[in-house]
Amino acid sequence: MTPLDKMVGNLTASGLHFERHHGGIPTIDPSTHMLFVHGKVDAPRKFSMVDLKRFPSVTRKHFIECSGNGLTEWNKPTLKTVQGTHGLLSTSEWTGVPFATIAREVGLHEDGAWVLAEGSDAAVMTRSIPLQKMLKDAILAYGQNGEAIRPEQGYPLRLILPGYEGNMHIKWLRRLEVGDQPFMTREETSKYTDLLANGKARQFTFEMEAKSVITFPSGEMKLPGAGFYSITGLAWSGRGRVQSVDVSTDAGKTWYPAHLESVPEPICTIRFSFPWAWDGTPAVLQSRCTDETGYIQPTLAQLIAIRGSNGPFGSIYHLNAIQSWGVDADGGVTNVHA
Amino acid sequence: MFTRNARMGAACLFLALVPLGAFAQTKAVRYGFGAPATPGELSKFFSIPPDGRGLPPGSGTAAKGAQVYAQSCTACHGDQLQGNPQKGIGGDRLIGGRGTLATKTPIKTVESYWPFATTLFDYIKRAMPFSAPGSLSDDDVYSVVAYILSQAKIIQPTDTMNATTLARVAMPNRDGFEPDPRPEVQLYR
Repeated sequence: MTPLDKMVGNLTASGLHFERHHGGIPTIDPSTHMLFVHGKVDAPRKFSMVDLKRFPSVTRKHFIECSGNGLTEWNKPTLKTVQGTHGLLSTSEWTGVPFATIAREVGLHEDGAWVLAEGSDAAVMTRSIPLQKMLKDAILAYGQNGEAIRPEQGYPLRLILPGYEGNMHIKWLRRLEVGDQPFMTREETSKYTDLLANGKARQFTFEMEAKSVITFPSGEMKLPGAGFYSITGLAWSGRGRVQSVDVSTDAGKTWYPAHLESVPEPICTIRFSFPWAWDGTPAVLQSRCTDETGYIQPTLAQLIAIRGSNGPFGSIYHLNAIQSWGVDADGGVTNVHA
Repeated sequence: MFTRNARMGAACLFLALVPLGAFAQTKAVRYGFGAPATPGELSKFFSIPPDGRGLPPGSGTAAKGAQVYAQSCTACHGDQLQGNPQKGIGGDRLIGGRGTLATKTPIKTVESYWPFATTLFDYIKRAMPFSAPGSLSDDDVYSVVAYILSQAKIIQPTDTMNATTLARVAMPNRDGFEPDPRPEVQLYR
């Protein structure tokens, strides 16, 4: 998990990018690795890494967030630090070939609607992705933050699906199959679905919605005494740019606009800050993100009212609620629900 | 310093590029990198959608599947298909849990939750057993699928699973899924 409490700026150092695996980290020889593209296409083709690097490339900054980020936190505050509650979030500059370029290369059939992406790990991880999304902004990435993607992040090739839940950014990518329907893989039926209180489950919940978190001060830190502090944190949205971030120091009773430290980029984190003169009395710190669609980051109570709260096998993914950090009179900071 | 010749050179280069750009916009560009993927190369891949397209030849029964299960699955999923919650070595519970999805303690298993039997075949052939993924024969996969579905009382113990029958299996939670409604309209009031 990314140690968000210790990080500055916006990008995540590649070695500190969070890791989640479905079948370990394979060792892949890039000189023999192939990407096969087939299915509802005119001409199925295979591409070596040398081939892929000959195509014109794009370089874009995007966050990746696991849809399970914070899944322990629905019913009560459980994890102590922001690394625990929000550390399945990282931001990188990705370099690679747009899927659209490869699509033109193989020629899409008119009835193509979904694309299966398959990894070369022991789980041979598969997810179905709407073709529309693939053509909009999917990247077949071989570069991360100016260097080759690291083995644990999918070396030599990873699918980047800006704004979609992390597990869909298939690592060690070896195959793309164009189909006319979703393939209904294990991950998209039995695993990454959201079981509501009424017994129905949401499926294909791809987008990571607007979210933010204060990283300083955050859980397990201790403020040395009353005085000035620059509250800082990260905000992001899978639907576009962050429009604004508000901060509250009184558990959401009053909100003030935070300063955005750089120009918002689409589907990328942004660092915000807020000047706070702490008077030494107990406080509850919160941040709230609004994205460019006008969506406002909800409270936990709002999400539970919609999705229910049926424990670890209920709807646990996609928790994007406002996070609260309690500051007590002696400066100790703890994870609280407020 | 920018000499007149250098400027001329730059201008000529620019003029030379314009028609190339226009050409690129009027004719589909294919770079031609890569190589054709042959049917032989593609035959090692599979991904089985609910209609069963791509299911391999072969067949299996629950009786044979019980042997495969005992050999390859019991260690993680338990001798009663009850699963093992232990982190690291535990496997999912496979049967039971019908009627629990709308309760405070839902039990998600192949029997209670999985909408398609084809997914079970695809996943076992793809990623199981955990210690040697992809090592089971197609007949063994059909068999262990038949065993799990039979223990879940979704098919009869004597039913044979093959490329035709598997896609016809009616899973109990087939209609238990709905598309993503987000952004949730309740947040806009």
